[in-house]
Amino acid sequence: MNKLYLFAALFLLVNIIAGLFRVLRGPTSIDRMLAAQLFGTTGVAIIVLLAEALAIPELHDVGLVFALLSAISTVAFVKMSYAQKEGSDVSD
Amino acid sequence: MIEFAMDITLVISLLWLAWLLLAAQDMFKAIILFIIFGLFMALVWARLNAPDVALAEAAIGSGLSGALLLASLRRSGESGAGNEQRAGGLEPGSGITPGSATLNITHRLLTVLIIGLAGTLVWAAWVMPPQHSGLTEQVTARMQRSGVSNPVTAVLLNFRGYDTLLEIGVLLLALICVRSLGALPQFLTLRPPGMVLMAFTRLLVPFMVLVAGYLLWAGAHAPGGAFQGGAVLAAAGVLLLLADIGLLQSCPERLLRALAALGFTVFLLVASMMLQASGQILNYTPARAGAWILLIESAALISIALILVLLFSGGRFEKGRVPAQERDPVQ
Amino acid sequence: MFLIEALGVLLVLAGMPFFLAGTLGLLRFPDVYTRLHALTKADNLGLGLVVLGLALQASSWQAAAKLLLIWVLVLLASATACHIVARSALHRGLKPWNRKEQ
Repeated sequence: MNKLYLFAALFLLVNIIAGLFRVLRGPTSIDRMLAAQLFGTTGVAIIVLLAEALAIPELHDVGLVFALLSAISTVAFVKMSYAQKEGSDVSD
Repeated sequence: MIEFAMDITLVISLLWLAWLLLAAQDMFKAIILFIIFGLFMALVWARLNAPDVALAEAAIGSGLSGALLLASLRRSGESGAGNEQRAGGLEPGSGITPGSATLNITHRLLTVLIIGLAGTLVWAAWVMPPQHSGLTEQVTARMQRSGVSNPVTAVLLNFRGYDTLLEIGVLLLALICVRSLGALPQFLTLRPPGMVLMAFTRLLVPFMVLVAGYLLWAGAHAPGGAFQGGAVLAAAGVLLLLADIGLLQSCPERLLRALAALGFTVFLLVASMMLQASGQILNYTPARAGAWILLIESAALISIALILVLLFSGGRFEKGRVPAQERDPVQ
Repeated sequence: MFLIEALGVLLVLAGMPFFLAGTLGLLRFPDVYTRLHALTKADNLGLGLVVLGLALQASSWQAAAKLLLIWVLVLLASATACHIVARSALHRGLKPWNRKEQ
């Protein structure tokens, strides 16, 4: 059964790798940021699956920290893009 | 079999990601790839049965670095003309394409150097005895005297405490350097923060403080510690800044300075006390070691968190800029 | 006991298609707004199923509670991220995709 969970984790990993295409292609920075946010969710799933499959319960804390910090970069990105818009308005 | 497939996928994608992020010409794209690289690193550490490092990577590598790098990009974009698009271009392919860089002599020298380094590393990995256990035995033999039951914390705070002392010193030094740059441009917007972000922050920040405390406490017997907890606490501070809740801005400057230096000061004080008592720096008596470590880590947690938030916001919190009370729809 | 384990495995497996759907949506949907759906719906449901499946087999109720807590936190983060990203995209002037205009 642990093999099964490892297989599920591998499946999710392949999902992330496929999703990297969106990061590379864009076209806007919003798309790239979104992809990173999505990978955060998938990453949490991989971590909890690994915790069960490898019998390392401490990994749950890693998942917890991931979940807590997963929105920080996106929030920072959004706030900064607002500021940038204003900045470019001034320079125009 | 499946383990092997997992490992090989992780290794190859990690190398591929590293290459992509180094080769990216769009800085924003490179930052996103760096965040994803941090995620993969955390997964690799988890797979290697190193939850301590995975925790640090999740908190700092994947979580906080993204925000820190975005802030730096924003600032560098402001100082240089024509970089506006870099910070998040709207149009496709908005990244700056540098002119065809010719391979000059410096590049060639660097290439030789890097190939030499990589070759040495491969050679070292090749000739290393396969059953090398490192210092595990020595650490296990002395765990009784360390005052904690998590070997990683024992090494970081007891056996090689001076390393950690210097690390906290480096962080403090970084903050002093950033502050000496003068008033860095602030990027936080004057626009209303939005009720959703506000509510999210209010829900999450108390919980982050709780988890930071939990990680600090857990560090004595399980993965965790001051750096991981400090990063989570710093994330709470960054979130407060981003949601325009003026809690940090209202702290007096003297208090902020004192708190930023607290971790290093306490660590140094304890170290010199031990030097007086036993003639060796950071040589705790086994009976009290646990208490000393907890004291040092608590002080370090606060300093690490504050320094990271200050690095994010450019060395100081701008006062008077964000009248949060006026805009706060709740009040 | 066996039944609970089987149910847990079933739930974890049931979560997988949602992740696949999320990735497909990220890759195939035409614009930011539609991709937001893939991101904040499919994946979070997938994570919910995985977490539920693992929580059923957790060694203690504390461990199960921690798993569920992780899910709640990710839900919160995704929902907030989705909202502010959509707002910022509108603010920037990105037009929502429309089949008739294509």
